[in-house]
Amino acid sequence: MKVELSIKRFDPDQDEASHTEVYGVEIEPTDRVLDALNQVKWYQDGTLTYRRSCAHGICGSDAMRINGLNRLACKTLIKELGSKISIEPLLGFTVIKDLMVDFDHFFDLYKSVKPYLINYDPTPAKERLQSPEQREAFDDTTKCILCAACTTSCPPFWSDPNFVGPAALVNAHRFIFDSRDQGGAERLEILNGREGVWRCRTVFNCTQACPRDIKITKAIEQIKRLVLFNRV
Amino acid sequence: MLGSASSPRPRTTNFELWSWLFMRVSGALLLILLLIHLAIMHVTQPIENVNFAFVAARWASPLWRWYDLVLLGLGWVHGLNGVRVVMDDWIHSPGWRLTLTALLWLIGFILLVIGAQVIFSFQAPAGAG
Repeated sequence: MKVELSIKRFDPDQDEASHTEVYGVEIEPTDRVLDALNQVKWYQDGTLTYRRSCAHGICGSDAMRINGLNRLACKTLIKELGSKISIEPLLGFTVIKDLMVDFDHFFDLYKSVKPYLINYDPTPAKERLQSPEQREAFDDTTKCILCAACTTSCPPFWSDPNFVGPAALVNAHRFIFDSRDQGGAERLEILNGREGVWRCRTVFNCTQACPRDIKITKAIEQIKRLVLFNRV
Repeated sequence: MLGSASSPRPRTTNFELWSWLFMRVSGALLLILLLIHLAIMHVTQPIENVNFAFVAARWASPLWRWYDLVLLGLGWVHGLNGVRVVMDDWIHSPGWRLTLTALLWLIGFILLVIGAQVIFSFQAPAGAG
């Protein structure tokens, strides 16, 4: 089928502001948006810049705004979108070039919630065992691939870039609710501040955007409740 | 391993927690109080009955004065706190944020006192109600 791609482009060496360029590609309805981008880059305009790596929805490189919603280009089929497709870089980050945005600040926010196992006990000889119920408590939030589709769909993050954002909260949840972890109190201390969990306005954009179908708003509400019942 | 300088610093106060909880509780209470208020002022009474004498008669009872004070206080603080959160969203300079937030609460407090003063100092003139 014939598809018209409107791609928001920006070259910092040449452009004052971003502009939209339209490309026509011939593609199967069962192809993915990434295939359409590859067609443009490989056969029409080699200057088009975007990130992609595994191309199978796991590395989190190619999150972008497709027809107004944040999605992974490698997981979105052309037939879901129709013949007119608009593609823009993620909102709220600095654009480096075309669809490539600067993730440095995103990873700073991610690191600020201590997204690693904290355990002060002596290292055991064997693995730390967990019951299936204990594992279930944080199973959903282990699925995050750090693509930033959630954080860049979050209106409070758009206006306040110091808000830790949904992705960092998801990864805090993954360890706070892990029975083997002992850093919950430290993380809740960080998340109880003005730029922490209370900045969430329950907009649900993150949950809608997540390509891994993580129930992000639910995870954030679980953190809120934990802070509330620990502190009050 | 606490991220970079731009990452949020830990804070020990529970202010944002209480603010969040207050918004939920006051929101739920306001819904009930406002529905009763609207029912009395606009549904059960024909509009031509709602006049000075009607208000004076209502405020003859301390119950309705307190009711109106709670409605004013909750509604006003709920609204102002909402504005504070929006200001936190958009004003990133600490100086401006502090100045404007202080101004917001100062104006809010003055208007709250004026409103409360009206509710409690009101005296029905002789013959009214």
